[in-house]
Amino acid sequence: MTNVQKNRLKDQLFKFWGIGCTLIGLVLLIIFIGGILIDGLSRIDWAFITDLPSRKAEKSGIWTPLMGSVWILVLTAIISFPISVAAGVYLEEYAKKNRLSALLEINISNLAGVPSIIYGLLGLEVFVRIMSLGASVLAGALTLSLLILPIIIVATREAIKAVPSSIRDASYALGASKWQTIWNQVLPASSGGILTGVILALSRAVGETAPLIVVGALAYVPFAPSGPLDQFSVLPIQIFNWISRPQQGFIDNAAAAIIILLLITFVMNGIAVYFRNKWQKKLQ
Amino acid sequence: MRKIKEFVIEKSLLSSALVTIAVTVGIISVLAFEAFSFFQEVSIVDFFTDTQWTPLFTKKHYGILPLLTGTLLTTFIAISVALPIGLSISIYLSEYAPKSFRKTIKPLLELLAAVPTVVYGFFALVVVTPFLQQFIPGLSGFNSLSAGIVMGIMIIPFVSSLSEDALFAVPKALREASYGMGATRLQTAFKVVVPAASSGIIVSIILAISRAIGETMIVAIAAGQQPRLTLDPTVPVETITAYIVQVSLGDVPHGSLEYKTIFAAGITLFAFTFLLNTLSFRIRKKFREKYD
Amino acid sequence: MNVIMTENTENLNTEDKIAEKYKLQTKDVNVFYGDFQAIKEVSMNIKPNSITAFIGPSGCGKSTFLRLFNRMNDYIEDFKMEGKIKIDDTNIYKNKIQLEQLRKQVGMVFQKPNPFPKSIFENVAYGLKIQGIKDKKLIAARVEKALVQADLWNEVKDNLNKSALTLSGGQQQRLCIARTLAVEPSILLMDEPTSALDPISTAKIEELIHQLKKEYTIIIVTHNMQQAARISDYTAFFYMGELIEFDKTKKIFTNPDKKRTENYITGRFG
Repeated sequence: MTNVQKNRLKDQLFKFWGIGCTLIGLVLLIIFIGGILIDGLSRIDWAFITDLPSRKAEKSGIWTPLMGSVWILVLTAIISFPISVAAGVYLEEYAKKNRLSALLEINISNLAGVPSIIYGLLGLEVFVRIMSLGASVLAGALTLSLLILPIIIVATREAIKAVPSSIRDASYALGASKWQTIWNQVLPASSGGILTGVILALSRAVGETAPLIVVGALAYVPFAPSGPLDQFSVLPIQIFNWISRPQQGFIDNAAAAIIILLLITFVMNGIAVYFRNKWQKKLQ
Repeated sequence: MRKIKEFVIEKSLLSSALVTIAVTVGIISVLAFEAFSFFQEVSIVDFFTDTQWTPLFTKKHYGILPLLTGTLLTTFIAISVALPIGLSISIYLSEYAPKSFRKTIKPLLELLAAVPTVVYGFFALVVVTPFLQQFIPGLSGFNSLSAGIVMGIMIIPFVSSLSEDALFAVPKALREASYGMGATRLQTAFKVVVPAASSGIIVSIILAISRAIGETMIVAIAAGQQPRLTLDPTVPVETITAYIVQVSLGDVPHGSLEYKTIFAAGITLFAFTFLLNTLSFRIRKKFREKYD
Repeated sequence: MNVIMTENTENLNTEDKIAEKYKLQTKDVNVFYGDFQAIKEVSMNIKPNSITAFIGPSGCGKSTFLRLFNRMNDYIEDFKMEGKIKIDDTNIYKNKIQLEQLRKQVGMVFQKPNPFPKSIFENVAYGLKIQGIKDKKLIAARVEKALVQADLWNEVKDNLNKSALTLSGGQQQRLCIARTLAVEPSILLMDEPTSALDPISTAKIEELIHQLKKEYTIIIVTHNMQQAARISDYTAFFYMGELIEFDKTKKIFTNPDKKRTENYITGRFG
């Protein structure tokens, strides 16, 4: 075999290796999810959704953690959305190239890399203790809001960057002030991108477990929260709790709850991708 | 009037941006404050040299080393999985794959990172460990091997996505020069494109390591809760993050030494990820300038 | 048969005697990118040890045509080629032909100098190393020879380990030529090799091209008509994917057959 042939062979081999690597993660994920569907699908019925948790596996439902997750989702959205979009707008439209904006930039990039459990420690000390919110839905939502802040800020900036400057120029030419231009032109034009970022960030928040455990969310809550200061659990914590039990019945419960959680996560991701595609088409 | 309004709006936007600074300051001061008070009761030398971590036992030891080795061991296994696979993916996608394939597969790969980590924990404990036990007879029900492998699968998109961006940014002219001399795509990829994109690839690896160090639920579920100083991947270990979860699940009164241990552990974790993130930010800054 | 006219190619397959005399022959070549036809029915014969210039306005297909000879278009998606291209009487678009082998035989120099971010030595040695040559002495000798041929040796012989990116633009382009020569091709394709260079560097490269003619068959795409007139033996004028006229350079620039060629040469469009 000549060198040329050897090199060709290696090239072809790597091609197949590359395809294999690209598919292996997805294939494993499909196998995992398939296994979970087999374990958990038979467990899912209406009662599983609406039942309260119980000491008996077959009588347990996910009503309270599901409602906890809904509460967390809504509160986190309400808290994080205005702050992070405002911060994104500031950085993209107002910030001048100076030390403050450089600091803000490196800081946000760093925050995005801080492990989520560290946010839990922050929330535990500041929201639960110093602000005396206790292990409440509100304390959990505040903690997760800080966690997803950098994600939405980055998405907001990208979305604003994508708005063509001609739109801005047209508005300024008509005598609009900076804020009028942003509010009436830039934000509507970038709303699709911002929305995508917000939904992706919230889908991450729904799946978070560790920071809420640290904040003090409970594995067992008898009732769904009725106000922001109530105790709560969330789906991932319920799953974690069930995984830690030795009985097979609880493992099946965990699989069933995972199906619900994945459904929520994937639907949110799907919506986000849908919005992004629609927005990108509109922008062109 | 209009000017005042504009001014107020700008300042309130600025204060939103400053919230991010407040978060960092908050994290550092909370960790530092509690860790400081921890180190008034436990010697910092013991913390770094004692080989046992037993704050919840009657005979207490406060050596972070077992938690640290647990963390580094699971991280090492995860990177050993994610690095070769993620890099191969990025090279395949940027140098070989047709555009349409690239466009469909990238969001699907990102999906790997969108799956909640508690779900991966379930995979590791319920699927991967029993599977591996067929081949490794001595494998304990909790072990760093399956936790690490599953964590590696989770962080594949962190490596592949950023690396692919870096490879893709390498000017086409360099590839053409190499092809023009009779190099195969493989030779061009490894001898020209990868070296030219090395800083971007390094950034992706650093961020993946940082992510693996801070990962919590997979290791808390599948690696165990037994701090021990070992590099054996088949036995239960405990990572820093898993320890924090373990304490948080129990009923630890505020102000007790046990309560403070999670902050001491937390600041160690934070220091690691902070260093890695800062390093990657620096490299990225430099790398961006190179191509502009 | 000193003047090669496009008509001669009509009989390319039947007249074997003529075929022997040519280094490179194309017959009825069409190129498509999806629905767009970039090259239309181009047939042309090129003699060994000659310099042929491709001229024409931007987008006329001259670069696309050049890049057919080392199959550089192959990696472009929805690229499609029809017709025949023969080098030394071998059809280079036959499936069995090895791309890598072909490209060793047909070297290419690009529009912008594109040295690898490696040392000067590593740049020139690259082509040898990817062939699997390990003999260090042989590599060193070939690197030196190539640098001498490219008229760069005296300028860099003391700094072979310095990064190629520290060289000036003109030196970088000569390095790229040396890098191509080190592989010992028989045909040199040059895609506007001086368009990114200053006049002095350009003059040096032109001088070099002239010297290289002794050993290589050179095809050069150029925007610069004076350049084509200065250095080439034959000139081909392309327009909208068609080969309008192909003849001795002297004839093209003094007395072209076609009106469109004349208009372009005299600067009436382009």
